[in-house]
Amino acid sequence: MSRTTFGPRACFVLAGVLPLVNFFVPLWGIRLYAPQYPEGISMYIWTHRITGQLDLVNGLNHYIGMKPIDPAGIPELRWMPLAVVALSAWALMIALVPTRALALLWVVVYSLLGLLGLVDFYLWEYDYGHNLDPTAPIKIPGMSYQPPLIGSKELLNFTAVSFPHVGGVALMLAGALGICGLCVLWRSREAKPL
Amino acid sequence: MKSCSVRAHWFLALGLVLVVLSGVSCKRQVSTQGFMAEDAAQKVYVAPGKYDEFYAFLSGGFSGQVAVYGLPSGRLLRVVPVFAVNPENGYGFSEETKPLLMTSHGFIPWDDYHHPELSQTNGVPDGRWLFGNSNNTPRIARTDLTTFQTVEILEIPNSGGNHASPFVTPDTRYVVSATRFSVPVPQRDVPIPSYKENFKGTLNFVSVDPDSGRMSLAFQILVPGFDYDLAHCGKGPSYGWCFFTSYNTEQAHTLLEIRASQNDKDFIAAVNWRRAEECLKEGKGQKWPAEYYHNIYDDERHLAVSEVLREVTVLEAGACPGAIYYLPTPKSPHGVDVDPTGEYIVGGGKLATVIPVHSFSKMQKAIAEKKFAGEVQGIPVLAYEATVAGEVEKPCLGPLHTEFDGQGFAYTSCFVSSEVVKWQLGTWQVVDRVPTYYSIGHLMIPGGDSQKPWGKYLLAMNKITKDRYLPTGPELAQSAQLYDISGKKMKLLSDFPTVGEPHYAQALPADLLKNKVAKIYPLEKNHHPEAVKSEKEARVERRGNEVHVYLTAIRSHFTPDNIEGVQVGDTVFFHVTNLEQDWDIPHGFAVFGSENAELLVMPGETKTLKWVPKKVGVYPFYCTDFCSALHQEMQGYVRVSEAGANVPISYGTGK
Ligand SMILES: [Cu+2]
Repeated sequence: MSRTTFGPRACFVLAGVLPLVNFFVPLWGIRLYAPQYPEGISMYIWTHRITGQLDLVNGLNHYIGMKPIDPAGIPELRWMPLAVVALSAWALMIALVPTRALALLWVVVYSLLGLLGLVDFYLWEYDYGHNLDPTAPIKIPGMSYQPPLIGSKELLNFTAVSFPHVGGVALMLAGALGICGLCVLWRSREAKPL
Repeated sequence: MKSCSVRAHWFLALGLVLVVLSGVSCKRQVSTQGFMAEDAAQKVYVAPGKYDEFYAFLSGGFSGQVAVYGLPSGRLLRVVPVFAVNPENGYGFSEETKPLLMTSHGFIPWDDYHHPELSQTNGVPDGRWLFGNSNNTPRIARTDLTTFQTVEILEIPNSGGNHASPFVTPDTRYVVSATRFSVPVPQRDVPIPSYKENFKGTLNFVSVDPDSGRMSLAFQILVPGFDYDLAHCGKGPSYGWCFFTSYNTEQAHTLLEIRASQNDKDFIAAVNWRRAEECLKEGKGQKWPAEYYHNIYDDERHLAVSEVLREVTVLEAGACPGAIYYLPTPKSPHGVDVDPTGEYIVGGGKLATVIPVHSFSKMQKAIAEKKFAGEVQGIPVLAYEATVAGEVEKPCLGPLHTEFDGQGFAYTSCFVSSEVVKWQLGTWQVVDRVPTYYSIGHLMIPGGDSQKPWGKYLLAMNKITKDRYLPTGPELAQSAQLYDISGKKMKLLSDFPTVGEPHYAQALPADLLKNKVAKIYPLEKNHHPEAVKSEKEARVERRGNEVHVYLTAIRSHFTPDNIEGVQVGDTVFFHVTNLEQDWDIPHGFAVFGSENAELLVMPGETKTLKWVPKKVGVYPFYCTDFCSALHQEMQGYVRVSEAGANVPISYGTGK
């Protein structure tokens, strides 16, 4: 290995390894606070599951007619881990054979998938927040209950706070490392153009 | 000065000497009032939303319950039923908890709970369990301090009133108890005047499993027929010994007020339980037939089960030389309290003019040198001068019970002169005194009977509160009074009314307990035989004349909420499972015309209510614990048809 490709290789090794933490930590966290829940209610979204006080959230959501959140009914939880593994493997491959084209393609696909993931998450939130049972006990005209993608939002007596968890941060970091790797690779002479 | 005049009036009947002495304490009371009220208020003020520093557990006496207070605020946090049924939550009414109150004399729905006692590890309260005694029908209870639920009650056979109980060894290896009233052992039909020949006392050693906390009656020591009053076990150098006070060494059986107050000295029985264990190993114990109940509540089955035990190991005091010695102690002693070092054993002679303090090392020496003053029914009586380390002279009137601050000071409650007296171990000098309002029984310092008292506060438990609170008819509240003992002088901080009559209390720092407290019963660990874990399993089944309703409760509905097919003459069992897994969301269950009680079902718990409808009709049932915005809608109906009607069992929610 020559000195000039050491940097990009290291970037792609990290970009390959970092996303794998998602099998051990959640991707996203949503916390709900209300006067009667001073300790907060937590829900964690992983690449392959949803944890936290899901039953409690579902129990409370039935007042406003929100569908119960059922991890079995979310296909993304099945293919997301595959996508993460595939992108990781690809990044590690680039670390072995650093070609500009492969790296560029990785960055493009990675960014698109990341964006797609956020859009998908937003759509799920939209669906849960808007498609409400018309027989719900609590109906407030014009009110929808879509939690924020990032940040906090008042929803009736609850404050919903949504933020990326360690896994989400790792994914972002991996993307940034990939971009760094690509930039350095692009400027280096030794890298194979193909 | 108002309380002074009340005080003087009070004791007029007790004679001149008492009045003079109470005058002395009146003067001191004025100086206490000099203590700034704002200063005291600040010390007991716990801001809204802030936690108290200590959990205190006060027995309710005739209420059969234990009340949990926060200190220093004196805020009542919870009342835990122990020996008394409690319609508030169905304790003793639900099918699951009824077995807890079973005894060999049948179902006893009340008792007289005197002494709470925390389990200890290495001589310090550990916040695992709270033991309690029942005075009437002898029993010892164990309350689990993760759930604040009474989970075990053991009946004590061959006992006439379990008063000197339940005091633990520093490792909770044993919980000891002794009979207040001597009775024929075993019970039989004999003339009462044959007391001296036929009546006996028992000292009981109940062993405690270190992991589960389960109790079993290891052995009983048969002792002379006196009245046994209180106990405490040795610690440090005196580990291996327990001490029991006795009165009525005169062995009177009528008008004890006079006839049991004749002897100048009664006894503290010093029991070497390790010696007793040796004797039992050598086969000196005897198996006696006895019938007694052992009731255990299982947190995962949410169910209490009773077993009937039929045998007990009895060791006759005379058959095990070296196991018991009597320490003569003036005069009708109540408390026997061992100081944190384990060296001093303090007697509290109700009628004594001194507080006698025995020395454990002197006692050992006296035993080795055989300094005996006599013998009672095979038990050697040690010479008073040989064991006594000192006497606190003219402390007060009616010294009862002593606790320690861990700084070398002892605090004794004085019933007759209504005060707390602080004195120094070693010099036996009184260093301070404060009045109480009025007729103090026990007092309590957090950890004050352990090897490491926390020693910041002292709680007085008073029997009478005339002129202290707004009057409430002929009966007034009893009270607890909190003192700051962190300085040289004791300072009154506050008083607050209590549940029942507080006899004794235990306290420990909140930090030892608050993070261990259970928030829910996990539904997946609910192994109640009649539990239903989801609404899909909810159903109604007829079995002959019994109808079993498997009901679920979750905000804000029951499943099923319409039930038909019940008939007059049926016995209906509602098995209610609370499906919530959220802290502080119990659901209640009540049904019209219930002669039983309501239920309060904790998250993840199952409880069963028995209901026998007597008349045809449609009966509402509903949730009694305000659980949500739609709590008032949490209701249902049971249709009851006449016997033999052809209405089939049917049920549903939302149909
Ligand atoms: Cu309810």
